Amino acid sequence: VAAREEWGSRLGFILAAVGSAVGLGNIWRFPYVAYDNGGGAFFLPYLVALLSAGIPLLVLEYSLGHRLRGSAPLSFRRLDRRAEWLGWWQVAISFVISSYYAVIIAWAAAYTWFSVGQQWGEDPDGFLFGSYLQVVEAGELGGLVAGVALPLALIWLVVLGVLWRGVARGIELANRILIPLLVTMFLLLVVRAVTLPGSAIGLEALFRPDFTEILNGRVWVAAYGQIFFSLSIAFAIMITYASYLPRDSDLTNNAFIAGFSNSSFELLAGIGVFSAVGFMAVTQGIAVEEVATEGIGLAFIAFPQIISTLPGLNTLFGVLFFGSLVLAGLSSLISVVQTYVAALQEKFGLSRSRAVLFGGGASALISLLYATRGGINFLDLADYFINNFGIVLAGLAEVVLVAWVFRRLGLFQQHANTLSDLPLGRWWLLSLAVVTPLVLGSMTIDNLWTTLTEGYGDYPIPFLTSGWLVAAGALVVGVLISARRAWSGEHVDLVIIDEEEQQR
Amino acid sequence: MSGAAVTMMLVGMVLIWGSLAASVWWAVRLHRRR
Repeated sequence: VAAREEWGSRLGFILAAVGSAVGLGNIWRFPYVAYDNGGGAFFLPYLVALLSAGIPLLVLEYSLGHRLRGSAPLSFRRLDRRAEWLGWWQVAISFVISSYYAVIIAWAAAYTWFSVGQQWGEDPDGFLFGSYLQVVEAGELGGLVAGVALPLALIWLVVLGVLWRGVARGIELANRILIPLLVTMFLLLVVRAVTLPGSAIGLEALFRPDFTEILNGRVWVAAYGQIFFSLSIAFAIMITYASYLPRDSDLTNNAFIAGFSNSSFELLAGIGVFSAVGFMAVTQGIAVEEVATEGIGLAFIAFPQIISTLPGLNTLFGVLFFGSLVLAGLSSLISVVQTYVAALQEKFGLSRSRAVLFGGGASALISLLYATRGGINFLDLADYFINNFGIVLAGLAEVVLVAWVFRRLGLFQQHANTLSDLPLGRWWLLSLAVVTPLVLGSMTIDNLWTTLTEGYGDYPIPFLTSGWLVAAGALVVGVLISARRAWSGEHVDLVIIDEEEQQR
Repeated sequence: MSGAAVTMMLVGMVLIWGSLAASVWWAVRLHRRR
């Protein structure tokens, strides 16, 4: 077996890990979640969640990948023969995510172009759902939308081209370009946003603390949810990326840098987005609460309105905003696809180029479903179900299996401590064995209850069923692939764990 | 902006950006090994 690929430098790994974590959610989800959950008071639950779940999980996944030196399925297989399915489940979740995430980046790429001369006109809402996406009823396909399919092809070409070149020459090099460019562009955007009239009103709405909310359980769930979804944990990425770290790497310090970089960008995004929202509220003479929103509505409806209303340099501001979405999305998508490229290579003994072609190619083909006129409905459904009944459950399974079933937390604590300056103490064990399972468990019960009693997004039951099928399908595919015992590309019997135990 | 909002914005900046700066400083200046 050839020597495992490695990152060219520590900075390269950190940039790639940050590139993975910083994605669309940092820009279009965090600001609204903070605003909606106590404003400035949200920092308390948010930071507690980061330190008691986010960073501990990052350290665990770094240690898993680094100690067991494999993609998620191989790492879990080496942890215990009975755990391989979990790795494939996480990889299958990544596969689903990559297929629709690429489409959102394609929209952002198209909107970067639409920003030139504000081609969405006077009615960005009508433009998005009418002229651009030509949306049809939920469950219908309605033919491919060329304006989506063309940028989508370009996005896949870039991502698969990067992965084709490998870890150091592809992923690392791409992130060395993407991340500094993203930070520069986004900083320019934020500077322009905070100097707009009305920005103080937006910032007031975002940061005005409502300390009574700290006693509200919903706020704590929102904080843990934001941290969990934002850090790219529990769907195979960080395990895969850490498996390419050199032997001598400070895992704990790396986790702190990656975790706080992600939060730093989120805070910056909050300032930029709410400054712009304040500007829009003032120019239209309405309250911030009527403008504040998140997700697709924020990026593709509110922001075009804001861009059109600016006193000058409208095109530049638009290109900076949508360009930032594209860059943030690309560096995340690269990491998502790499999870199954690595897993396919190791399990089936494929060359990197073949794994990229088959794995990435399959996801690119499936992504065409979301590039149809009915695509946005499928995308919304897949995103909801794979997040709430894929990632959360896979994260829960990960901590429960490692901490309680195989009882290996101590091993990974020892591994990280041998390599890192800052020793992980009892807080780390407590975070992963108690706090994280409780939080993810209660999120699952809450999600199940809400979805079963209220459904989701006014969709009809037959259409909702396909959402359940997507979530269940990822698990089934994971279990089925792990039923094939053989590994053609890597020696699984590298009994790394037992070696260490014998030394004790 | 109200005093409370400004204070919370500054607290957030100091805690989050400060922690990032401290983590990077720790990596660059204090590390025993890579």
